[in-house]
Amino acid sequence: MKLSEDEVRYVADLANLTLTDAEVRKMATDLGAVLTYIDKLNELDTTGVEPMAQVLYEAGETETLREDRERPGLGSEVALANAPLAGGGFFKVPKVIER
Amino acid sequence: MTLALEIPKLTIGSIREGLLKRRFSATELTREALRFAEAENPKTNAYLHFCPERALSAARSVDEKLARGEDPGLLAGVPVAVKDVIVTKGVRTTAASKMLADYIPPYDATAVECLDAAGAVILGKTNCDEFAMGSSNENSAFGPVRNPVDPERVPGGSSGGSAAAVAQGTAVVSLGSDTGGSVRQPASFCGVVGLTPTYGRVSRYGLIAFASSLDHIGVVARNVSDTATLLQVIAGRDERDSTSAAVPVPDYMAALNGGVRGMKIGLPREYFKDPDSETSKLVLDGVEVLKRLGCEVREISMPHTEYAVAAYYIICTAEASSNLARYDGVRYTFRSRDSETLADMYRNTRGEGFGAECKRRIMLGTYVLSAGYYDAYYLKAQKVRTLIARDFTEAFREVDALIAPVSPFPAFKLGEKLDDPMQMYLSDIYTITASLAGVPCMSVPCGVTSGGLPVGMQILTRHFDEAGMLRLAYAFERNRA
Repeated sequence: MKLSEDEVRYVADLANLTLTDAEVRKMATDLGAVLTYIDKLNELDTTGVEPMAQVLYEAGETETLREDRERPGLGSEVALANAPLAGGGFFKVPKVIER
Repeated sequence: MTLALEIPKLTIGSIREGLLKRRFSATELTREALRFAEAENPKTNAYLHFCPERALSAARSVDEKLARGEDPGLLAGVPVAVKDVIVTKGVRTTAASKMLADYIPPYDATAVECLDAAGAVILGKTNCDEFAMGSSNENSAFGPVRNPVDPERVPGGSSGGSAAAVAQGTAVVSLGSDTGGSVRQPASFCGVVGLTPTYGRVSRYGLIAFASSLDHIGVVARNVSDTATLLQVIAGRDERDSTSAAVPVPDYMAALNGGVRGMKIGLPREYFKDPDSETSKLVLDGVEVLKRLGCEVREISMPHTEYAVAAYYIICTAEASSNLARYDGVRYTFRSRDSETLADMYRNTRGEGFGAECKRRIMLGTYVLSAGYYDAYYLKAQKVRTLIARDFTEAFREVDALIAPVSPFPAFKLGEKLDDPMQMYLSDIYTITASLAGVPCMSVPCGVTSGGLPVGMQILTRHFDEAGMLRLAYAFERNRA
């Protein structure tokens, strides 16, 4: 299976990813090779097979839920400590709304 | 022998004895261990950074407990390395990515809290493939790790630093993470023991998420007994990880000494497609040892094995594309400069911050989840995952454990597979099945090739039967020629 460069650009857009032209070309080849390999799955008839989303073990329905009680959060100062840009108790980002 | 010379050979047991007999203090040991690790690290690049302040503070606390006559904990004074995808409060945690190069977590992972509570001394954080994506440790933004056995070769991945540090002697034990083989394969390549527990056995709270239905925290050690002790410390239910299981944790150390006579072992023929390879031969020699000990060995079939890699690279990339969406330049340290609009800032931050393999997986994951492809790829892969899990259920009706190779080949050379992602993905062919099924699995050293490269034997058991797996591994370790 071959992926076109336009398809790569479309997916990169969905993924919010800037790719250089060289990356787009390489990505088309690499993803194409993996998708060709993945086609192998079509050899298997999976009619009537339940999809497996998670490894489950035998447990009561609510056994893995914790008690719903109040606990202190990090606080805004700690939560903002790793932000590339913050101020006034908020994350700062480029302007979104035109005045 | 002076303490400095002992460092690379220490075990959890020998440290405990040394501390209790007052041959050395935890503080003295930590100073020597840090000195040794810092001096040796340039040979492998196994550690990304050290945390001497945190280490010495943990050591002091052990010494104070000993002075007061209190129990200092199962891992008292033990120098531990932690893979840099597991968060450590106040200690930089990068996931080996430029995206998190300056990230200082505000909390400890549960597994790290467990280490602390047991008196362990965390020396530093280990190198890995970026966001744990890779099989050679060459995808680190901070340079590859070299295999201590042969510096021209990779240590395996993604927990390459955790395996290399233990093999090199710069840590006694380490924490890694395993999504598709990332603890077992590097353990095999470096000649150490690596264990990945049942999905749900160890809390992942504080493990930087890659593929949530597959991610496990695992352990690396130089022998089976230390492996059991470390697992004991980190296993158990944690209310902060709703996928952690409320299943009682047995005494793993006590389980080691039970016999293995009469244990039924299955050899899945799909894992021995090339029975004449050196790797297969070494594993089959290992099986002979278990036969001598009274295990009953039979060949079995797990017919869906060959579809595991394809299913895995759909599921793990789909989950990764979602998990890595949070790195958008707003919250986590790295932001691209000079982006005029918010949308550009997101895109450029991600374009500049992620390395090639992360981008490849985000792209593949986005593609398989995109409109029109979901059923053909993601849903199909989830159904195939059911079939692979069923292979295990069927096998464990007949046998108590499975034995297989960890990898089709020993450690390969740096650069050998880097330009061909599909070849790299196929190197996980024997480890991915267990990850999809969530069964416990481990790699135990079973010999070296004619070229002197270590080979691991993989043991797999039923969900939550880590005790049976460790018992088998321990019997093997003590009785192999």
